[in-house]
Amino acid sequence: MSYIKGTIEEIRKAMDEKKVTSEELVNESLKLAHTYEKEYNAFVTICDDAKEENNVKDNPLKGIPCAIKDNISTKGVLTTASSNILKNYIPFYDATVVTKLKEAGAISIGKTTLDELAMGGTGTAAHTGIVKNPWDKNRLIGGSSAGSAAAVSLGIVPFALGSDTGDSIRKPAAYGGIVGYKPTYGLISRYGLFPFACSLDHIGCFTRSVKDVAYVLDCLKGKDEKDMTSLDTKTNFINELTNDVKGKKVFYIKEMLDRNNYKDDYDEELEEILNNFDEAMKKCKELGMEVEEVSFDIKLLEAIFPTYFTISCAEATSNNSNLTGIIFGPRGEGKTVEEIMFDARTKGFSELIKRRFVLGSYILQKENQEKLFLNAGRIRRLIVNKMNELFKKYDAMILPAQGAVAPTFRSEDIDKLSNRYLLLENHMAIGNFGGFPSITIPCGFVNKMPIGLSITGAVKKDIDVLNIAYAIEEKYPYKGQIAKEVK
Amino acid sequence: MEYEVTIGLEVHCEVKTHTKMFSPSLNAYEEMANSNVTEIDLAFPGVLPTVNYEAVKKAVKMSLALNCKVPEKMYFDRKNYYYADLPKGYQITQTHDPVGTNGYINVYVGEEVKKVLIHDIHLEEDTASLDHYDNYSLIDYNRAGIPLLETVTEPCLHSAEEALAFLDALRKIFIYCDISEARTDRGQMRCDVNISLAPKGSQVLGTKVEMKNINSFANVKAAIEYEIERQKEALNKGERIIQETRRYDDVDCKTYRMREKVESIDYKYFIEPNIPPYKLEKEFIEEIRKTIPPLQFERISKYINEYGISHYDASVIVKDKSVAEYFEKCLELGINPKTSANWVTSIILAHLNKTETSIEDLYLTPKMLKQIINLIEEGKISSKQAKEVFYKVVEDKKGPLKIIEELGIKQTSDDSAIRTIVQSILDNNQNLIEEYKGGRSNVLDFFVGQVMKQTRGQANPMMTSSIIKEEIGKR
Repeated sequence: MSYIKGTIEEIRKAMDEKKVTSEELVNESLKLAHTYEKEYNAFVTICDDAKEENNVKDNPLKGIPCAIKDNISTKGVLTTASSNILKNYIPFYDATVVTKLKEAGAISIGKTTLDELAMGGTGTAAHTGIVKNPWDKNRLIGGSSAGSAAAVSLGIVPFALGSDTGDSIRKPAAYGGIVGYKPTYGLISRYGLFPFACSLDHIGCFTRSVKDVAYVLDCLKGKDEKDMTSLDTKTNFINELTNDVKGKKVFYIKEMLDRNNYKDDYDEELEEILNNFDEAMKKCKELGMEVEEVSFDIKLLEAIFPTYFTISCAEATSNNSNLTGIIFGPRGEGKTVEEIMFDARTKGFSELIKRRFVLGSYILQKENQEKLFLNAGRIRRLIVNKMNELFKKYDAMILPAQGAVAPTFRSEDIDKLSNRYLLLENHMAIGNFGGFPSITIPCGFVNKMPIGLSITGAVKKDIDVLNIAYAIEEKYPYKGQIAKEVK
Repeated sequence: MEYEVTIGLEVHCEVKTHTKMFSPSLNAYEEMANSNVTEIDLAFPGVLPTVNYEAVKKAVKMSLALNCKVPEKMYFDRKNYYYADLPKGYQITQTHDPVGTNGYINVYVGEEVKKVLIHDIHLEEDTASLDHYDNYSLIDYNRAGIPLLETVTEPCLHSAEEALAFLDALRKIFIYCDISEARTDRGQMRCDVNISLAPKGSQVLGTKVEMKNINSFANVKAAIEYEIERQKEALNKGERIIQETRRYDDVDCKTYRMREKVESIDYKYFIEPNIPPYKLEKEFIEEIRKTIPPLQFERISKYINEYGISHYDASVIVKDKSVAEYFEKCLELGINPKTSANWVTSIILAHLNKTETSIEDLYLTPKMLKQIINLIEEGKISSKQAKEVFYKVVEDKKGPLKIIEELGIKQTSDDSAIRTIVQSILDNNQNLIEEYKGGRSNVLDFFVGQVMKQTRGQANPMMTSSIIKEEIGKR
């Protein structure tokens, strides 16, 4: 019997009952990784020599295989951020999360593909090629944590680390029919995460059950002296996890669900997604939760994406200024230092990345900063203030994780000015604006593709978010699911 | 035509800390190249800065010493630019709310007091150091990330002398407050000079020329003087001064154009997102304020006004904080200020200079000095003997009383003993007594000398002199 496709909880049980060893699990996991690699391209590096660290104390993750997004620094293991400028970069230090996984005895079997430098939401912008959706190879899995989503959705590993700057964990999780979670900003140290936009960046995880998130979070959480933005927590997530959510108050945003707002691009798919959401709200009520509709200034909602894009491009252009080929990375050619750096960066980044850097640079220019960068910061503040106000009254905000199912690779360009895009496809960045804990869990299928439910809570109230997700999860038959196509 | 010179200074000074500004690497950049570096200093992907608390404390201390306004919260900003000596591609510094703003210090320019206005002081990190060779350059990242304090004055200085007086005063504050060793010979203190000339009486400042990275005070002086002459000459010829950055060459003592400042570089500053702003609590600031010792200026003023010491002596004493403290300790013990000043500035400092030692290593404590001075005042030893005792004390590392005992150099104030000697000398010099009475007063000195010779210098000279007069009077 194969155990690798189980949840952490199930695998742990099997290991504790001596039905399977860590070595068998790792071998199986590696075998699956290789089997699916050609088709799905989930990994940049598969670690065939993966094994457990010595002297590990007993804990739930001991001996369990996992995968790590390739923008998280792993000592001695190639870490490319799926960019040509780092294609041969082998770090000499471990990210704090990697150290913690090693200390817990979790075994990384590979580094997963992402959109170059985590910029992108499609999984099509890696230097090693596109990542495919395990539910339908003609569709994308979403990004930027594409490979991690695919690896968990394919059942190669029970959990994988990702990073989330706008919705880079939660959206691909929704597209892949699995659980995607990003914690309160700071609850997991970012030390060793290659920065995209550090005020928005989070490390989080993909799992196939909500309880598994709690296992992973208990391992990774806490203050890190190397990350001044990190936080301490006294919560033991596994112990405090409960499906008793009676009396919890949740809200959804009226404008997001108002079908009149999508007149221009309404279709059956959207109808099904919205109907599915209505069903989900019924389930919430069945669980004893109070569900309320709350109105939110639509202008602010429409501003989420441009605000996100403005801030993230600006920070990204500065954050990636270390990639010059002087200290590490491919050395450019030229007669002067400036020419050498110019050449390295010209060759090292794809056009999409350069476009973001040019935009970011423009946004930060003295003459534009006030109008673009600082105004974006103000809008971010307005949205966060509004959310904080709502979180005084409500335990969580629940919304559909998407406005459409995972697009096909042949999809025509999405209208980025449509409400369907601006509202339904981008609201999860709210979680990054305020550093709010946020999770997506699978809640059904539309056009045979999985869709997800997004649950977001107040800062440091990760346990509330997990409990609500845990309770709702039980109302659906998707816990532990693996992509149908590969079953 | 007469011109008014206006100068503003930007002074970088390395802060003395155990580790670097944002990483745990040692702050010891003089060690073997690239030996004090971590992934953070090299800006490997994924690293984050952690603020050095010791550096922040010292920055706040300097801000207070410069009478600056300390912000409620400590913020850091990014200054973005690409250069080989800047691993991250940005420098973490402070622009929008630095650790100190709107300050001032009083400095002595000669004996005149000048108030120098401080625009701001901010905490930042140093860059790597570059060594350029014919067709390659070497980078040493030991210096990358060393904490730096940059002090920016208002354009309120009007001569090289004023600029130097300020720099010296600033340097002393760094040293007095134990913030930096501020050694220019090690490049710990570097200076940018902004200078402009305008017709005397003009309300508008002239065009500013910037001179970057001058590494010694002597060069600052020379550069300013050269630049004043150069601009004067140009203006007299009716030429226009161009806003530009110039480099001072300390070989031929001239300045050369580096680049014209058509438009200043856009550093795209923004708040550093990886360092949460944190509150500087009032109690924290007051605790730091308490650790600031009396500074050079207030000491000089006090010495002159309260102790009646000359400006020159006061300036000599405060040059070194430990010397000033030694001096003040002497006063606390009740030694007369002028006597203390004389001892410190002449005998003690001369000895320290000669032996190249510091006052902390001096065996003679203020207490011992007090013992010596008491003995002089009691007429037990002469000033000359006192000096001898001093040198013996510091050499043999024994207390003055012990030394006096060992040398047997006690001053004789025994009336009858001296009188016996005087009488015998007078007996043998009848002719000289006559000469003395005839008006040759210097004969007295001869008699005193004779007594000293016979007593091997131990007779109290004052007493001897009066006994001689008495005895002559009797004859």
